[in-house]
Amino acid sequence: MKIRKIKRAFNRIKPTGRQAVIGVPFLWLFLFFALPFLIVIKISFAEADVAIPPYTEIFTFVEQKLDIVLNFANYALLTSDDLYISAYLGSLKMAFISTVLCLLIGYPMAYGISIARKEMQTVLLLLIMMPTWTAILIRVYAWMGILSNNGLLNAFLMWLGVISEPLQILNTNLAVYIGVVYSYLPFMILPLYANLVKHDQSLLEAASDLGSSTFNSFWKITVPLSKNGIIAGCMLVFIPVVGEFVIPELLGGPETLMIGKVLWQEFFNNRDWPVASSLAVVMLLILIVPIILFNRSQAKELEGRA
Amino acid sequence: MRGFRFSNLMLVLGLIFIYAPMVILVIYSFNASKLVTVWGGWSVKWYVGLLDNTQLMSAVMRSLEIALYTSIAAVALGTMAAFVLTRITRFKGKTFFGGLVTAPLVMPEVITGLSLLLLFVAMAQLLGWPEERGIVTIWIAHTTFCSAYVAVVVSARLRELDMSIEEAAMDLGARPWKVFFLITIPMIAPSLAAGAMMSFALSLDDLVLASFVSGPGSTTLPMEVFSAVRLGVKPEINAIASLILLAVSIATFLVWFFSRRAENNRKRAIQQAIEEAAADGWKQPDIRRAKVVESV
Repeated sequence: MKIRKIKRAFNRIKPTGRQAVIGVPFLWLFLFFALPFLIVIKISFAEADVAIPPYTEIFTFVEQKLDIVLNFANYALLTSDDLYISAYLGSLKMAFISTVLCLLIGYPMAYGISIARKEMQTVLLLLIMMPTWTAILIRVYAWMGILSNNGLLNAFLMWLGVISEPLQILNTNLAVYIGVVYSYLPFMILPLYANLVKHDQSLLEAASDLGSSTFNSFWKITVPLSKNGIIAGCMLVFIPVVGEFVIPELLGGPETLMIGKVLWQEFFNNRDWPVASSLAVVMLLILIVPIILFNRSQAKELEGRA
Repeated sequence: MRGFRFSNLMLVLGLIFIYAPMVILVIYSFNASKLVTVWGGWSVKWYVGLLDNTQLMSAVMRSLEIALYTSIAAVALGTMAAFVLTRITRFKGKTFFGGLVTAPLVMPEVITGLSLLLLFVAMAQLLGWPEERGIVTIWIAHTTFCSAYVAVVVSARLRELDMSIEEAAMDLGARPWKVFFLITIPMIAPSLAAGAMMSFALSLDDLVLASFVSGPGSTTLPMEVFSAVRLGVKPEINAIASLILLAVSIATFLVWFFSRRAENNRKRAIQQAIEEAAADGWKQPDIRRAKVVESV
């Protein structure tokens, strides 16, 4: 009897195959993705210190008393210094405008792929996807050569006679917009295509039989049906662009204020880890709504096919 | 039909927009002139010069090593996550799990990089591990965000799959893990390959995460390229960038080629099975099959 009892108890705590399959990725992602955010929040309440690691401890345990010292100075600094506020606003503006541009360019492209012949679709998709597998650094670098004062674009425009002197494009916000749209366009096209290709063409035929114009049926049938694809694509562009560092660093100039760049400088140049952490916390708070929107649209997409 | 033509025009223009800068970069990597904007004839001297740059070469080897480990771990982890998301319909915390899997796709890299570094520092204080940051910490960072990409690619494939084949195997008494390794894995093999390729490429090109979690003496290729690029356009960088582009295009082509071949083989096998079944139908009268054969 006893042995059977022990066996039963053991079976209860022994993970089943199912629990193991869920547990391994869950634990990994929890430990290396979710838990670190808690530490970021903790460090954002610390004070910068000349030590290794360069911040003060928040929790101290002296004489059986737990001391918690929360330092709100970092957050106070963020609200009092114009630099940080304008960097957040600059990032949001940059992300918003480039998302709209990506949508305007990407939607027709995704639509074009979705109505192409089946074999052609795979090739086109691959052509769109390949750049996303190539270093973003290299693609941005390619633009540095093209946009510089004595680069190809200026040489071409001068040859055409449109301008007589080279335009300053590199190290301006315009260059950052070009770089962002260029780098993130595939991330807009892929979810849009995945959505558009599932559409039932007979709906459009029915509409045109009933006398609807092409544009009217596109606007009233195709666009509403692709809502989830639009949300997923826009979020895939908007959220990472808010925190983008490489593109503003290489293509932008002194006028380009973006939060990813400021965070990088606080961390690597000033070695002020607590301020960098509080910058990250505020960025996360700004992005939490778009991230939830994205996750919900992804979940819907998952259920839609199941 | 006007809308159709407009979308095709945009498609062509968009593809030109995507590919022109890369083509220009490759052409200019063969420029003999040291001035990157002036054309001085064809030359391969920048490529030859790369081989002498030992610092760059060791960064290349380190990056390749990390990318290899990352692609293996990310495929294993991402496939498990995808399997959980698509096949296990209900369990406690599924929404949270789904969020954990998809959030790394969009999370700004500066946030992930900073938070992982702080985690490693805290772990070093509490547990004494990792003593110093380097290849292992970069590998952990890359595996975490690459597995999200793998999960998306693989779960798309898992959802398309005909569940009845797995169910049939299970009805015949196969254990779940046997079904998974003998039936599910071979059927999703093309997307596993695509996921591995993607992880390899993502790991190879990551700058931000690696900068945060690397330690002294573990500079990766993108970090090396970045510190050179910051100072402006250089012919050597053109050469290494072109080589990376070449490697990625070849890999992309191979993935496309093999997945197409696997798909064709599968279609042919299904076709053959249907024909054989139809032929058997003559020998053993079966009403349902006989009808199919008659209609053929």
